[in-house]
Amino acid sequence: MTASVSLEKVTCTFAAKGGEGHYTAVKEVDLSVADGEFVSVVGPTGCGKSTLLNVAAGLLRPSSGSVKIHGEPLSGINRRAGYMFQSEALMPWRSALANVTAGLQFRGEDPAAAQAKGESWLERVGLAGFGDRYPHQLSGGMRKRVSLAQMLILDPQILLMDEPFSALDVQTRQLMENELLELWSADRKSVIFITHDLEEAISLSDRVVVLSAGPATRPIGEYVIDLPRPRDVSEIRLSPRFIELHDRIWHAMKDEVLKGYAQTRNRVAG
Amino acid sequence: MRKKLWIWQVLLLVAMFTFWHVATHPELIRPFVWDNPDRAAFFFGEPVKIFKVIGEWFMGGEIYPHLWVTLQETALAFVIGSVLGLVIGLWLGLTPFASALMDPYIKAMNAMPRVVLAPIFMVWFGLGIWSKVALGVTLVFFIVFFNVYQGVKEVSPVVLSNATMLGATRRQLLRFVYLPSATSWVFSSLHTSVGMAFVGAVVGEYLGSAKGVGYLIHMAEGSFDINTVFAGILVLTIFALVLDFAVSFAEKRLLVWRPTQGETEQAL
Repeated sequence: MTASVSLEKVTCTFAAKGGEGHYTAVKEVDLSVADGEFVSVVGPTGCGKSTLLNVAAGLLRPSSGSVKIHGEPLSGINRRAGYMFQSEALMPWRSALANVTAGLQFRGEDPAAAQAKGESWLERVGLAGFGDRYPHQLSGGMRKRVSLAQMLILDPQILLMDEPFSALDVQTRQLMENELLELWSADRKSVIFITHDLEEAISLSDRVVVLSAGPATRPIGEYVIDLPRPRDVSEIRLSPRFIELHDRIWHAMKDEVLKGYAQTRNRVAG
Repeated sequence: MRKKLWIWQVLLLVAMFTFWHVATHPELIRPFVWDNPDRAAFFFGEPVKIFKVIGEWFMGGEIYPHLWVTLQETALAFVIGSVLGLVIGLWLGLTPFASALMDPYIKAMNAMPRVVLAPIFMVWFGLGIWSKVALGVTLVFFIVFFNVYQGVKEVSPVVLSNATMLGATRRQLLRFVYLPSATSWVFSSLHTSVGMAFVGAVVGEYLGSAKGVGYLIHMAEGSFDINTVFAGILVLTIFALVLDFAVSFAEKRLLVWRPTQGETEQAL
């Protein structure tokens, strides 16, 4: 079976800010996601997780290495993927409904049909009746729901999610995680979920990939999460198997996290 | 509190006109600057006579064609200047080479006092409304242009990436992301640019025309009719205030999506 997304020996090198030298964010990364698989990528802060996701989305061309989507090399924007950003990505001048239907509008779909579809998606993410609100009139959690609907309405085969819930409070976050799992289980899409939160990664995924601290980040471990589905993210965190997995992965990650932390501290100090 | 403030504001206005009246009316108080009691009225006019002139203008209907001409010039200068500023601002904002090439010229044109162009416009476009519109356009253009240019540069990269991932082509990005974002910058400079269009119209009329409120002032000045000059100034001031109210109203309607403090709702 060909993987849905496969990165082969991907290296991304950037010109260093303000002068000479290079900064290698990620080095020779191999990562593949099977059809319908939910893969989380965890790693210390500032290790180039988002860089990998941008490569998979086609927003960033790797310095070397290749990206294949369903076996075909990716050129330009990845049209089969939906992307959910960490920061605010909604168009502030568009109402929630107009934001959700933006992708359909870009595709040139009939406005009336798009509107009906948009309203049903708003309902699915629990925002029925909020269609005419502008992003600034919605809470952080509601804006994330709009972003989710905006992405899912186009029915992408691959979901790329860059710490989408990191800005939310714990309760809202668990609610959103459960909703994401429910929506995902309806028609299993391939997911790459970036996070720095190991608990979130384990409770959502089929597989967790751990990255080393930057620069020249690479995967240092892969763990299959054999927890039963359907899951409730707040309950599953208490199960013995979860704790066992968490222990094992955290053990492997700890040194990298400390390394990443030391580097950030040096950068601030220097 | 608000109602009270409003009363105080009106009282202040009445006080100012009363002082004006008392200080300029020939026989009310002893002259204290000039020996001749008519001097103050000669230089500063008399409010009562000024209001009489204004009353006659509006009652007799003499003022309406002039106001209409000034309004037309202002509106045309605003619309043409804004559209030009929007289009060129978008274009230069999106093409780094063109913007680098044009940069010194834009700066030079903006630094030049635009009023000196009025005689040239008079030669090119005649004494009718178009020479005044042209003057207003040169004033409005730069305000809108700089705002749009800045606005294009400051479009959130995340919003752009998001629209790209949702399938927007380059043209769709221009139409659905850059244009609305730039338009919001046009609206944020609405007060200034409408004001500038008005200045262009009135200054143009003052420098040479056959109609408009600026022309009325110019004619009155030619015959040392200070009361009519002040009447014209008062009418222009009220006209500008009405224009400003209209702009505020339009702004409120058009920028509903803008966050304002205290309006944000936190549900869920």
